[in-house]
Amino acid sequence: MQTIDLTETGLRETNKMLHAQAANTNQTVWTIENAKGAHAIACGLDAPIEVTVKGSTGYYCGGMNQQATINIHGSAGPGTGENIMSGKIVIEGDASQYLGATGHGGLIVVKGNASSRCGISMKGVNIVVQGNIGHMSAFMGQSGNLVVCGDAGDALGDSCYEARFFVRGKVKSLGADCEKKEMRPEHIAILTELLAEAGFDAKPEEFTRYGSARKLYNFDVDNAAAY
Amino acid sequence: MTNDRSKGIPRTTPRQSATFSQDVNSDIRRAAATGIYDIRGGGAKRKLPTFDDLLFMGASISRYPLEGYREKCDTSVTIGGLHAENPIHLDIPITIAGMSFGALSGPAKEALGRGASAAGTSTTTGDGGMTPEERGHSSKLVYQYLPSRYGMNPDDLRKADAIEIVVGQGAKPGGGGMLLGQKISDRVAAMRNLPKGIDQRSACRHPDWTGPDDLEIKILELREITGWKVPIYVKVAGARPYYDVTLAVKAGADAVVLDGMQGGTAATQDVFIEHVGQPTLAIIRPAVQALQDLGMHRKVQLILSGGIRSGADVAKAMALGADAVAIGTAALIALGDNDPKWEAEYNELGTTAGAYDDWHEGRDPAGITTQDPELMKRFDPIEGGRRLKNYLKVMTLEAQTIARACGKNHLHNLEPEDLVALTMEAAAMAKIPLAGTDWYPGKPGTGF
Ligand SMILES: Cc1cc2nc3c(=O)[nH]c(=O)nc-3n(C[C@H](O)[C@H](O)[C@H](O)COP(=O)(O)O)c2cc1C
Repeated sequence: MQTIDLTETGLRETNKMLHAQAANTNQTVWTIENAKGAHAIACGLDAPIEVTVKGSTGYYCGGMNQQATINIHGSAGPGTGENIMSGKIVIEGDASQYLGATGHGGLIVVKGNASSRCGISMKGVNIVVQGNIGHMSAFMGQSGNLVVCGDAGDALGDSCYEARFFVRGKVKSLGADCEKKEMRPEHIAILTELLAEAGFDAKPEEFTRYGSARKLYNFDVDNAAAY
Repeated sequence: MTNDRSKGIPRTTPRQSATFSQDVNSDIRRAAATGIYDIRGGGAKRKLPTFDDLLFMGASISRYPLEGYREKCDTSVTIGGLHAENPIHLDIPITIAGMSFGALSGPAKEALGRGASAAGTSTTTGDGGMTPEERGHSSKLVYQYLPSRYGMNPDDLRKADAIEIVVGQGAKPGGGGMLLGQKISDRVAAMRNLPKGIDQRSACRHPDWTGPDDLEIKILELREITGWKVPIYVKVAGARPYYDVTLAVKAGADAVVLDGMQGGTAATQDVFIEHVGQPTLAIIRPAVQALQDLGMHRKVQLILSGGIRSGADVAKAMALGADAVAIGTAALIALGDNDPKWEAEYNELGTTAGAYDDWHEGRDPAGITTQDPELMKRFDPIEGGRRLKNYLKVMTLEAQTIARACGKNHLHNLEPEDLVALTMEAAAMAKIPLAGTDWYPGKPGTGF
């Protein structure tokens, strides 16, 4: 196992070492100590390695991640896992705003709560939150799944496209063009798999599915008030 | 009135209202019939103070000229040397602005790459991501990082020669984008992770940052991901240039792209294009002032765009302090957009060559702003690239002609003192003396 003290090594050298790992690296397990809320830790990784960050992280930890698994042993700052392509990010604490923004793939797991705009503009990422999520989550969500074991705040899924939202608790309000949907067997299957991958013990049947009413897909003057 | 006529009383000629002109009335009728605002491509069509309102004085006894064609007049520019390991070296200071794949066809993007590369300059991606055509044919490609993040992926990011964080566009400061369903082909839809045939809205704000403090961290993240190798530009609309440029530089930009309200767009509400933003002529001095106040003029490069058409425009922009310019609309016209040879087809679309701006509908007779395979076939990217190269060369020669006449051995040596203004408006906006005087409105110490 490779251990880096972020305070001593510095952000640039730390990320450089992680970026230098090739697909067949045998240095597959890394620990970063003394994160102390630094920004852009372990962003832009592209190798099948596992990085554990000790402490809370600032903005954009794991940004644009490909292949790697990143464990954050603390809480995560704004834009964690933004534009994630593949791999996995697991946050032991809470996540700040814009979690997984525009993520194209991969999985993000939050053991605490996630703040506002969770999954904003999501484009294929899967996000599973054990607690609650804040307002305007999954705004303009295009594809992927957002699973919330707790409650969702105001305006869930506003102006969303084909992303799916599964909420076990209450939804304070739905955003424009977002509606409650029927839970079909294929959705139970997706949910079962995501809950298992996240390691959360919740019954898929207890969730409600939400998604796009598809009324804003092509401009219609009668829907102008919703724009 | 018939009665008057029969009495032989002279009639007044029919008189159109300046307020309710035929243009205005047609807007009202269109709105009444459709219930939706007008969306179109292009930039502001209204008359604005422009670089045409400035003139160069040329050389005289106090300044002597350089010999055309013999004495060298350098045109090169380096962009992004402040923080980036690999700044961009361009042979000419005229770059191709970001135009989205989706708005433009694949072959049109290829032609832009071919023409720019042959002329020794860079081209820029746009909303919708990077296409292989464009990367393959562009020796220097700037990758736009936009609020929509359509097609955004780190592999392409790392293939870019520079990154341009788009905050705003001159045609629509504060506005997002709209690609209407007609243009969403399978390929465009797949690149944007969206269903085919639906209207695609591009957000007006970035999803994961707001404000200058966040921008600084976003720039840090992009630099970390790309190993501090490539320059990072920030593109802003000509809204509040002094403050926007100041904040972009403080956030760590290597270059600022500043786009005035004449700047083209692929598709935006006409009301937005015509009524929001400031003319290109008015935004350059405050931007340069911001750079000078920070001690960053010529260290952080200023790339000006919005209505640049000729070598004279290039020379004037540079004399006022820009390091380079970017062109969008002019490049499309060089490729063949709005060419009178398609007049019959423009007429069928209810318009005429030069006025065609319904690019969002995807029925471009010239085959440039379309995704229709049949129309696309009309456009030859090799020929288009050659035409663009020629045009870029002519603009460069024109700018050199002016610079030599002003006694300058590099376009960057052009200066405000080489210029006079023809109108009070231009004098005030550009802080250039009105021709024949040593005064401009607002000149310190003059009481006006
Ligand atoms: C067809 C078209 C598409 C454009 N797409 C984008 C875009 O995707 N991103 C962007 O920042 N600007 C876009 N622009 C604006 C240009 O980058 C540039 O700011 C503008 O064209 C400059 O003004 P000019 O057209 O007068 O040269 C587009 C412009 C046109 C004409």
